[in-house]
Amino acid sequence: MTMAPANETVDEATGGAARPYASGLPRLLPLVPGVPEDLRAHLARHGRLPYRGGPGLLIGSVEEAGLTGRGGAAFLVSRKLAIVARARGRKVIVANGAESEPASHKDALLLRAAPNLVLDGLQLAAEAIGAREAYLYLHPGVSPEILRALNQREAAGLDWLGVTIVEAPPRFLAGQESALVNRLGGGPAVPTFVPPRVSERGLGGAPTLVQNVETLAHLALIARYGPRWFRALGTAQEPGSMLTTVHTQPSGGSAGSSPPGQHNTQIIEAEIGTPLRALIHQDSVQAVLIGGFHGTWLPITTIGTLTLDNEALKTHGAALGAGVIAALPADRCGLAEAARVVRYLAAESAGQCGPCLNGLPRMAAALAELSGRGHRRQTRTDLERWAGLVTGRGACNHPDGTVRFVRSALTVFAPEISLHARGLCSATNRTPFLPLPGGMPMTEDDWT
Amino acid sequence: MSGTTAFWYASRATGVVALLLLTAVLVLGILVNRQGRLPGLPRFAVTSLHRNISLLAVAFITVHVLTAVLDTFVSIPLLSSVIPFASGYERLWLGLGAISFDLMLAMIITSLVRGRLNRILWRAIHLLAYLCWPVAFAHSIGSSKDLQHGWLLDLSIACALIVAAAALWRLASAARQLPRAARVAAILAQHAPHATRQAHERISR
Amino acid sequence: MADTLRVNPINCSGHGVCAELLPELVTLDEWGYPIIANSPVPPALDLEARRAVAACPALALKLLRA
Repeated sequence: MTMAPANETVDEATGGAARPYASGLPRLLPLVPGVPEDLRAHLARHGRLPYRGGPGLLIGSVEEAGLTGRGGAAFLVSRKLAIVARARGRKVIVANGAESEPASHKDALLLRAAPNLVLDGLQLAAEAIGAREAYLYLHPGVSPEILRALNQREAAGLDWLGVTIVEAPPRFLAGQESALVNRLGGGPAVPTFVPPRVSERGLGGAPTLVQNVETLAHLALIARYGPRWFRALGTAQEPGSMLTTVHTQPSGGSAGSSPPGQHNTQIIEAEIGTPLRALIHQDSVQAVLIGGFHGTWLPITTIGTLTLDNEALKTHGAALGAGVIAALPADRCGLAEAARVVRYLAAESAGQCGPCLNGLPRMAAALAELSGRGHRRQTRTDLERWAGLVTGRGACNHPDGTVRFVRSALTVFAPEISLHARGLCSATNRTPFLPLPGGMPMTEDDWT
Repeated sequence: MSGTTAFWYASRATGVVALLLLTAVLVLGILVNRQGRLPGLPRFAVTSLHRNISLLAVAFITVHVLTAVLDTFVSIPLLSSVIPFASGYERLWLGLGAISFDLMLAMIITSLVRGRLNRILWRAIHLLAYLCWPVAFAHSIGSSKDLQHGWLLDLSIACALIVAAAALWRLASAARQLPRAARVAAILAQHAPHATRQAHERISR
Repeated sequence: MADTLRVNPINCSGHGVCAELLPELVTLDEWGYPIIANSPVPPALDLEARRAVAACPALALKLLRA
């Protein structure tokens, strides 16, 4: 199953040329857009894989660099490394490439275009924590570039740990840390109750380090060029660069052109702290979704001042999340978009916890009603009540993320709700904008 | 009445009561699992009754065993109450009694330390209830002439029918229950069947 | 040293015994699942809390050391 919908182009852009203060990009993405870097090109560009020679030695550099996770949660990487490194006994490392967020394609691109950076990072992190088992967790349809990279590295004797590829089912929760460990252990990719965290007791009871593939790629560069180099970009609290998946509707005449009405998806490696208006054109955009389907809708008026960093986004209740930035065109119906997404999120519930299992489908129904013609007054009250009921009452963050998405949608699209209540709609274009996979999980097999 | 006869009567009487109590425990256990209610009683009454009656049953069985051992008409070693087929007298039927008593002890002891035990292990042992009751029943019918005719036989059969009906109902309920992976789809179908179509079709401009 | 009451939502199947035994700290939502007060268990309720934990048929309720 592919995550990128049909009739969309997925381009990569370095973003470097447009911003004078962002020299030094691209870091992760290939120098020539669209040309993946094989092992030879990778070594020529970045030099040899700099093993430290023992556990724990890299962690100091990672701490100084201030690298935070690029999988959505933004934990300080050095802290996670230290926790697992400190533990005794068998340890496991997993490179999480199961990019379950339908609107995010950056990990998939990274794995195709710069797989060796990811695999370097995996080996370096494994060495740092003293892991004896390494896994690469991917959605079905492993890119040939990954397999080729693994083979080339094996032939060159580069990797000190063999890497086992484990397939993740195409579920939204498949990339969640405890669901991942559950899947690796042979079970379904559904979350388990925490505590204990997987970094304390994970796969087979062993402390397990789970890192997003982009995070590992950054780590591979920090190991080569050092923390000061890493901090040359970004902000003081959030240094470095990050990959973003930017969804726009190109207006006629912009570069990279698809005809108007089509959806344009770009992977942009940007310096953290970049003004958002540098990433999206503001004209004919009504609102921006930041983070992904567990993210936050922001009205277009705020975009002018906001920058691509959590400190700034926090003030508007938003966060970078999985680095998704979707600029909803003015001609679409935001309510309908939100309703479609929430229905997807409800269908993707693991169904293990009563509040989520019961609350999310009802919220989806309420949003569908709001996005239709006229709605009962009770629906709005019910929706708010359910949002409150599911928050914090699941074993994972799925209900909480869904509520954040819903509440921000209700705020940003409030005018649209009033219109719909009177049987009207401001949209002139009914083509769905946000990408959503088809089908729905029905059996246990769908989760393994 | 001589001492031996009193012990023997006590053993038979406590045995019958124990069988009734065990029948109640099994039915209550099913009620707890299926979140059933006893009319007019709070939910914790069901769990408490299940627990307390099981302890009462063990108490009655203890007396049942002790009085049988103390009775001098036949020689029944004390250990044969927990070591199956260790009795010379009615080796098979008493042996079944020992087996069911062992199972009961396993279930109760594991339940007393439930908090410290792995959930799946606890549940596996607790499922032995469905083995324990028939074995106890066989012991009752086989080792006591009393239960083989008259109103005691009717009573025993009634207990067996109740247990069979309850167990069958439990099985049917489990068969009806949706597996985890299908639950979400079911609730979604119930509440938001055509959500995506609803979103746009009914809008007029 | 007060403990906190927590429920494992995966194991919880909404029996509702906890809400009956500890109404001061546990209420049931509209689907029968427990809503647990976030605050630590007051010492006066400690015994009741332990009873509720023991009584949960699904073993879903836990008392976590603060």
